[in-house]
Amino acid sequence: MAYLSQRPLELNELLRAVAAPERGGVSSFVGLVRDHHGGRPVRGLAYSAYEPMAEAVCGEIIAEAESRWPVRVALQHRLGELTIGEVAVAIAVAGNHRDEAFAACRYVIEELKRRVPIWKRETYADGTVEWVEEGRAKSEERSGSSVS
Amino acid sequence: MPAVPSAPPVIRIQLFARYAELLGATQLELPANGINNVRDVLERLRALPGGAAIGAATLVAVNLRQAKPDAPVSPSDEVAVLPPLAGG
Repeated sequence: MAYLSQRPLELNELLRAVAAPERGGVSSFVGLVRDHHGGRPVRGLAYSAYEPMAEAVCGEIIAEAESRWPVRVALQHRLGELTIGEVAVAIAVAGNHRDEAFAACRYVIEELKRRVPIWKRETYADGTVEWVEEGRAKSEERSGSSVS
Repeated sequence: MPAVPSAPPVIRIQLFARYAELLGATQLELPANGINNVRDVLERLRALPGGAAIGAATLVAVNLRQAKPDAPVSPSDEVAVLPPLAGG
């Protein structure tokens, strides 16, 4: 399964992918498109990626989680145009027990946000469009150093 | 198509998101002469029109892996300049 998808994400598919009779603890994380950002109403957004690197880094993060905890991980991130409430990212983690499932799920979403080359362009209710960087929108004319 | 034996080597750069908009291209070629590492690539890009917003600490990937400023760069490498990430 590719980690990036142009089509709507289905958490149930990921849950099925990690399910096994011995894995009794399953956790999941779903990130949805919010209707506001920095106090401004958001109409929708578009995700884009450096796709070959994003696929490779997602695979690395999953391998790290699966070697650090006894779990199976499934992950998908959406690309393209999304509207409010649509699923941007979905993660399912199954382990024998809950502790490793929660820990690995948290690890995967945090590392994804930190390392996977994906970008978000928000369209606000007033029609303006901005790239979101480090959790805030950055206008086109702003300059200076940028550290992720 | 006949080859051009004397074509000077170039470094091919991929640009994404805000940086692609600022520089008006998703891909560009820089003369390889004088470019030895990631730091040199960023310096050249910053000198281009629209390139001033590309900070010295900008993430650069060489062959799909994040690379440090002193990581070597050659014409056979896939070089990508990455604006601050915003996935998830």
